[in-house]
Amino acid sequence: MMKIAVCIKQVPAYSDGMMDPKTGVMLRDGLESILNVYDLPAIETALKIKEEVGADVHIFTMGPSKASAVIREAYSMGADRGYLISDKSFSGADVLATSYALTQGMKLVEDYDLILCGKQTTDGDTAQVSGAIAKWLKIPHVNWVTKIVGIEKDSITVSQMMEEEIVTLKIPYPCLLSVEPSIFIPRLPSLKLKIGSKKKKIEVLSLVDMEDKEEGNYGLAGSPTKVERIFPVHRTEQQKIIEKDSREAAKYILEVIENINK
Amino acid sequence: MADIIIDMEKCILCGKCIINCPFSAIEKFDDYIVLGENCKACGQCREVCPVEAIGMEENKKETLDKNEWRDILVYIEYHHNRVHPISYQLIGKAYELGVSIGYDVYGIVVGKNTELSKEQLKNYPLKKVFLYETEEYFKSDLYEEILSSCIGSIKPSVVLIGGTLEGRSLAPRAAIEFKTGLTADCTELILGENTDLVQIRPAFGGNIMAQIVTPDTRPQLATVRYNVMKPIEPSLDHEVEFILDDEIGHKASSKLTILDTIPTPKIKGIQEQETLVVAGKGVKRKEDLAMLEELANLLGGELASTRGLVEKGWMTSDRQIGLSGQSVRPKLLITCGVSGSVQFMAGIGGAENIIAINSDIDARIFSIAHYPILGDLYEIIPELIGMIEEKGKAI
Repeated sequence: MMKIAVCIKQVPAYSDGMMDPKTGVMLRDGLESILNVYDLPAIETALKIKEEVGADVHIFTMGPSKASAVIREAYSMGADRGYLISDKSFSGADVLATSYALTQGMKLVEDYDLILCGKQTTDGDTAQVSGAIAKWLKIPHVNWVTKIVGIEKDSITVSQMMEEEIVTLKIPYPCLLSVEPSIFIPRLPSLKLKIGSKKKKIEVLSLVDMEDKEEGNYGLAGSPTKVERIFPVHRTEQQKIIEKDSREAAKYILEVIENINK
Repeated sequence: MADIIIDMEKCILCGKCIINCPFSAIEKFDDYIVLGENCKACGQCREVCPVEAIGMEENKKETLDKNEWRDILVYIEYHHNRVHPISYQLIGKAYELGVSIGYDVYGIVVGKNTELSKEQLKNYPLKKVFLYETEEYFKSDLYEEILSSCIGSIKPSVVLIGGTLEGRSLAPRAAIEFKTGLTADCTELILGENTDLVQIRPAFGGNIMAQIVTPDTRPQLATVRYNVMKPIEPSLDHEVEFILDDEIGHKASSKLTILDTIPTPKIKGIQEQETLVVAGKGVKRKEDLAMLEELANLLGGELASTRGLVEKGWMTSDRQIGLSGQSVRPKLLITCGVSGSVQFMAGIGGAENIIAINSDIDARIFSIAHYPILGDLYEIIPELIGMIEEKGKAI
């Protein structure tokens, strides 16, 4: 049977997150957290493949213990097993260290045929972790996948959205895909599964479980990028705010536009 | 870092490691295999060795010699015989950074008919451009193998890659190849005297900017979104040396097979517009967008929006401005009811003239607008539309 891993992330519900000004590490306490919306289509893709050809769908997430909530959410959609990669030494990770920890965690469980990721997260917005995971595992990857065209025994065929064309690609397993939100409409959690999800086990993988136990390779210590400082948006000299009645304001705008288009 | 150790007792001199080394760092001398200084300890040779004669020794103490890594490499995106306009923006930034510290700027072009890029690039401030002839369509593993091989041979301190669909698929693979830092979607770059690249990007989609450095590893990889930096103009003062490589690109391999390509119709997107009207959360109902659309049409532009309206399903994501959408450089940008989150403002840094209409005096957008206007868009916009129509009639 096909083995699928889906990597998901818990993110702040509001995009205006807060960071520790000294370390530049994301402060998650006191903020409502949700499953990154871009991950839902990735979970849905795994479940669709499961329905089509049969598969074991495993969920991986990295974060503090409360991040297990997003695994339960995936359970309530139909995922089979979930793994929370969690350790104090994993926090503060950048692209390299995040992808490394996820890779180490996945390696402990299975050699997956297919790894699925969402397009990007709403807190980092970078879309860089998927390609990094693929490279650590030395497997091919395709981003911006809009369609699963065919699932064969030893390969999968997908459509990829590039800037000037839609490319149809055949990729042998093992491989990684990161999917666009348009690929599938995510199903709603089923009530039955939701009730069952509470009892379902979530396995926690921490540093002691990993094959590479060198603390310095994870989290902040294992991140080649360092946040030197954070600061509010650079304010250019603020222009005087124009406050006029609507008609005068409209007249003023029209003058400005005419001047610009001269 | 680690060192590669070859056990000559076990070695059968089959040469597989020599062929597979992405950095051409392995050579055979008589009965010996010798590792050259190009070796990145990537371990590729270990994987292909049939007799397990190659080992790796951890060498944690080794510190990076930053002087070994110098100059700037720009990944020049090239599709269908055309240099992507992002590349001129990256070259402009790279040149500016290079001048500040005495670094040269190199370019790399990967694809088919790369020789046709010469005419397009010859008057830009690039010392050398490496042309790697290979398959026409982007494949993340193939293109990365070629880019990494180029990085391995010229050892640039900084590598700039476009934050395009291609660039964002390529950059992370290259970063992992060199176990180095990658900072995505930088909005400002400064090269310090210690050769550390100061990378500034909006953080966590919120109201803060982060200043990021990669102090202990090289190369320093950064991506920049299209339209965030200003393009540089060509000048006859520059003369580029082109180096065509027909070998590496054909030797490099991919596990991906392209079955079909369908060109997507080229529509003039919001990235190419001279005039944009932007709808923000201040728009109360979906129907009200018609009014803003009308204004955009009257001005010969297009309607765009913030992330909030796309999430509501009122606007499509191709019209979204910001870090999670598109960056724009219009001549005129009129924001209507846009508060101005950092992730939005990261996408409008290149706008020449910003008129911001908002009813909240504390709206962040006012801090960067050239023409901040306090007022109700529901009153001002109809007046403005009326006036423009009136003018139209008069002419």
